[in-house]
Amino acid sequence: MTSPDELLIAATGLSRVYGERRVLHDIDVAVRRGEVVGFLGPNGAGKSTTLRILSGVLAPSGGTVRIAGIDLLEHPIAAKRRIGYLPEQPPVYRELTTDEYLRYCARLHRVATSEAGAALARVKDRCGLQDVGARLIGSLSKGYQQRLGIAQAIVHSPEVVILDEPTVGLDPIQIREIRQLIRELRTDHGVLLSTHILPEVQAVCDRVVLINAGRIMLDATLAALSDATRRWRVRLRRPPPIETLKSLDGVQRVDMLDAQCFLIAGPRLDSEDFARRCVGADWGLVELTPQDRSLEEVFLRVTSGDLAMEAA
Amino acid sequence: MTAVIAARELRSLFLAPLAWVILAVVVFILAYAFLVQVQVFTEIQPRLAGLPSAPGVTEIVAAPLFEFAAMILLLVAPLLTHRAVAAERRGGTLVLLQSAPVSSTQIVLGKYLGLLAFFALLALLVAAMPASLALGTAPDWRHLGACVLTLILLLSAFVAIGVLISSAVEDPIAAAMITFGTLLLLKIIDWSTEVATETRTGVLMRYLSMSRHYEPLLAGRFASSDILYFVILTLVCLALAVWRLDADRLHG
Repeated sequence: MTSPDELLIAATGLSRVYGERRVLHDIDVAVRRGEVVGFLGPNGAGKSTTLRILSGVLAPSGGTVRIAGIDLLEHPIAAKRRIGYLPEQPPVYRELTTDEYLRYCARLHRVATSEAGAALARVKDRCGLQDVGARLIGSLSKGYQQRLGIAQAIVHSPEVVILDEPTVGLDPIQIREIRQLIRELRTDHGVLLSTHILPEVQAVCDRVVLINAGRIMLDATLAALSDATRRWRVRLRRPPPIETLKSLDGVQRVDMLDAQCFLIAGPRLDSEDFARRCVGADWGLVELTPQDRSLEEVFLRVTSGDLAMEAA
Repeated sequence: MTAVIAARELRSLFLAPLAWVILAVVVFILAYAFLVQVQVFTEIQPRLAGLPSAPGVTEIVAAPLFEFAAMILLLVAPLLTHRAVAAERRGGTLVLLQSAPVSSTQIVLGKYLGLLAFFALLALLVAAMPASLALGTAPDWRHLGACVLTLILLLSAFVAIGVLISSAVEDPIAAAMITFGTLLLLKIIDWSTEVATETRTGVLMRYLSMSRHYEPLLAGRFASSDILYFVILTLVCLALAVWRLDADRLHG
């Protein structure tokens, strides 16, 4: 059961209709153990609705959700035991202390009373809440409340952790800590997090699912994405005609920056092979630099409807 | 799981000043009413002594006290029940329960039992007043027990109605007002002249009226149909509340 490739979230064909309005169309989401998947999209794209469905708070109008192999709709209780969910707003009781609240969450998620103490200590340590155990939640800062929200999502060591915009409203230091925490969670959980902050995806995710207007636009690993969108800056002392460059293996497009400098695009371009050709033809290769296109560029292209994604 | 939710509900009640204020005010008012009733009893006691089957101290002191308590708690119950689900929904904590491995039935039962535990405590404090008469006289314990049981049955219906309305109405204050209106209507529904008739409306009104079911019980006339009324009212309201929470997942 604990193979690294094990599918922890397998959702297929999810749709959701509110009255006359269809907000999700045929959404597929897969999260494996040991993976952090970023759910990226502009505000109102359907990110939160999808996460609410995956955590069992909302029923889909169509489609199926399996959590670690258990059907969420048919066996909600068994499936929900394996999920930790942080909604957009941390679901905390302001009148309780941190310890009381976490103990309640642990009990609610069926952690045995005898194990609750150890679970609390572990999760407080992990989320940096050791010093605020006796404090009333209402008196905690936004950053601590957010951490507490994450703590309640992992106190029962669920296999699946679903976080809806976990770093929203935090200061840069807190954001760094939370991202570090999410990266640590990857080791024994599958994590799905939603965000509209692009650098966040680049910082913590292995894979990105891009959603816009309730449809999935792109689902690719960050590595594949950067390979697919990578371009090479090439400087040649004695460049051949641009047509010759275009005809090389793996080259899709060549833009001329100046007489000696070119921007070459091609997802299947092998840099070693390319360099050998340049040297072999004695073009005077002086520079070959990968130019990673930012995720932002990809995001804007995909959301603006330009679907000619080489990566997809 | 139900017990975990109920314990949290009860604990949160006592963490806010409202529950303490309610306990203090209600007990104070009822203690005053109790003392007045004792005063009445001591005044009419010499005259009662001559009668063959004269009413005892329990009938004269305890029954009216519990009837007064029922009236006051009708005003007070909505103040505590309105937050049950509506405030959790508004505060964003309902999601915690909905995403946890608990069923809607467990959520509703937890809320109901937590609140009922508070009111049962209040009912016992009320019962302690006539029970203290044992220091000087011999109360009718069976009658007193019947009064406590009746009050708890009545409070169970109050709480169930309150939890249902709190789960159906978004705004907690609106939920309080609607709960109050519903409870009051169930109390005064038999004021209509129709109840004296044998028409269908008359029979229905007589059956719906809460007072017509708890007044005989308080007077010591035990009828299982009256007890059943409160049990059914409680169960129907709780079932509707479960249904309402399930609908959240479908339509929310």
